[in-house]
Amino acid sequence: MTDKVNESRRNLLIGTSVVGVVGAAFAAVPFIKSWLPSERAKSAGGPVEADFSKLEMGQKMQVMWRGQPIFIVKRDKTLLNTLPGLADRLKDPDSENSIQPEYAKNLHRSRKEELLVMVGICTHLGCSPKFYPEIVPQAFDSQWKGGFYCPCHNSRFDISGRVFSGSPAGTNLVIPPYAFLDENRLIVGVEKIEGEA
Amino acid sequence: MSKTKTSKGMGARFLDWMDYRLPVSKMWKEHVSEYYAPKNFNFWYFFGSLAMLVLVNQLLTGIWLTMHYKPDAEQAFGAVEYIMRDVPWGWLIRYLHTTGASAFFIVVYLHMFRGLMYGSYKKPRELIWVFGMVIYVALMAEAFMGYVLPWGNMSYWGAKVITQLFGVIPGVGDTLLEWIRGDYIVSDATLNRFFALHVVAVPIVLLALVVLHLAALHTVGSNNPDGVEIKKNKDENGIPKDGIPFHPYYTVKDIFGVGMFLLIFLFIVFVKPDMGGLFLEHDNYTPADPGVTPAHIKPVWYFTPFYAILKAVPNPLGGMILMFTAIILLFTLPWLDRSEVKSIRYRLLPFKIALFSFVTAFVILGWLGMQSGSTVQKYMAIVCTVVYFAYFPFLYFYSKNEKHKPIPERLTH
Repeated sequence: MTDKVNESRRNLLIGTSVVGVVGAAFAAVPFIKSWLPSERAKSAGGPVEADFSKLEMGQKMQVMWRGQPIFIVKRDKTLLNTLPGLADRLKDPDSENSIQPEYAKNLHRSRKEELLVMVGICTHLGCSPKFYPEIVPQAFDSQWKGGFYCPCHNSRFDISGRVFSGSPAGTNLVIPPYAFLDENRLIVGVEKIEGEA
Repeated sequence: MSKTKTSKGMGARFLDWMDYRLPVSKMWKEHVSEYYAPKNFNFWYFFGSLAMLVLVNQLLTGIWLTMHYKPDAEQAFGAVEYIMRDVPWGWLIRYLHTTGASAFFIVVYLHMFRGLMYGSYKKPRELIWVFGMVIYVALMAEAFMGYVLPWGNMSYWGAKVITQLFGVIPGVGDTLLEWIRGDYIVSDATLNRFFALHVVAVPIVLLALVVLHLAALHTVGSNNPDGVEIKKNKDENGIPKDGIPFHPYYTVKDIFGVGMFLLIFLFIVFVKPDMGGLFLEHDNYTPADPGVTPAHIKPVWYFTPFYAILKAVPNPLGGMILMFTAIILLFTLPWLDRSEVKSIRYRLLPFKIALFSFVTAFVILGWLGMQSGSTVQKYMAIVCTVVYFAYFPFLYFYSKNEKHKPIPERLTH
């Protein structure tokens, strides 16, 4: 035994340690990845198609996507014209703090102006708001311009799902990613159609 | 020559046989019969041993519960009802487990308060405190996941709200959320993995941490209400003059504590196991329903101080950061407190006021976290959050040149 460090043995030690650590990191991958949604969960949570050809002006239809109701609403000019005038009654008129894809971060919060696609879950505590499209005074709002009202805790939203001041909900209703397949069909859960639609 | 007759009996010879192969006697002496603890332990020193008792209770009743429980979103709620109604003594085993969860936190909070009062986190006991804090965090994870298992509606929505916390992290939030839940929503996958973590992974970690906590404690020795190191005054045999052997002196004391504890604990188990909705929440007596939100989502009482801090901040990400900071700061106490005095007995009024305010703010936050949050309560939460956080910088600056009463050489009482 000498006091001198055996350089080649030391290098071997460092080399094997590095290989060991890298190996351990690779070995961790399957364990970490096994927590991701399974194929079954993925297919159950996959995109959902909706045919809105039968939807009339002022009507709402609903599809389920990932366990959440998705509202699809066709809005006429009268309803859309209410949107600009509401800004000072809203918490987040420009949807700065709300969740929506970039293409829905506008006044009408949608790809096509008249067609609203929205998660029908209140951003307060997750109840499902009710649809009140008529522009008439309501018990919960004397200046009602049409929109959504959550009966659980009185959160009020306009026809674009923007939350009114005085509601317990803090942000506008969520817009999911969606894309149009053709004139009458859309798909919820994807940002854009890959290749041929 | 006749046969040499050994004077040793069967038991002693068996012990010799064992000692030759395993340090049984050595360990017993080192950690029990010749572990010298300060002679002036008081009421506050019951809670360490009581935490161990509750841990054993949780392990035992927990193992028995898994014999009847089904970690399946379709069957979990029914399995718990089955345990309560059909399994012989199932109701008792479950109530011991649920009451034990709350008792664990009561005991641990008192144990931590003792540490704050007597400076037990200070040099050379920093690691004991850090291990203790890790135990506390592991315990919170354990309790949260255990709470999800009955798959009641509050389990479901609690799981949703708490996991949602990780979803607000910019960039990785959504992926992280799916990774934790194993699905796009809280679902069967979430329940199943929480079960695995609750009954296998976290308990193993907890047990290992308890070993480390005690090993560190037995290396440096226990602190005491005077905050005076007994190892500085040893007799000719190297035994601390103010120390008494843990066994029989403190085993007897702790058994008395166990008796008193069980009296209260079992009273709750038999008479008021839900503690008026505090230990077992009313909304959890209905099955999980993703379509129906409980009118008022709140965590169980032992999380509510942090929940109140979370809610005190309007921005969700800011709230989450502040909430985790509230816990992380506790880890740093050994280094924030720079005073040479340990015990509150020899510290002056400013420290006493600060500690009192800190603890009061924490308790009020706990109450606020259970409320739905009127305007007044929102302001109260902000004030209490400020008081809670102010304790740490106060301690850091105040303790630098802290004046104090004269510290005695030996223990007083």
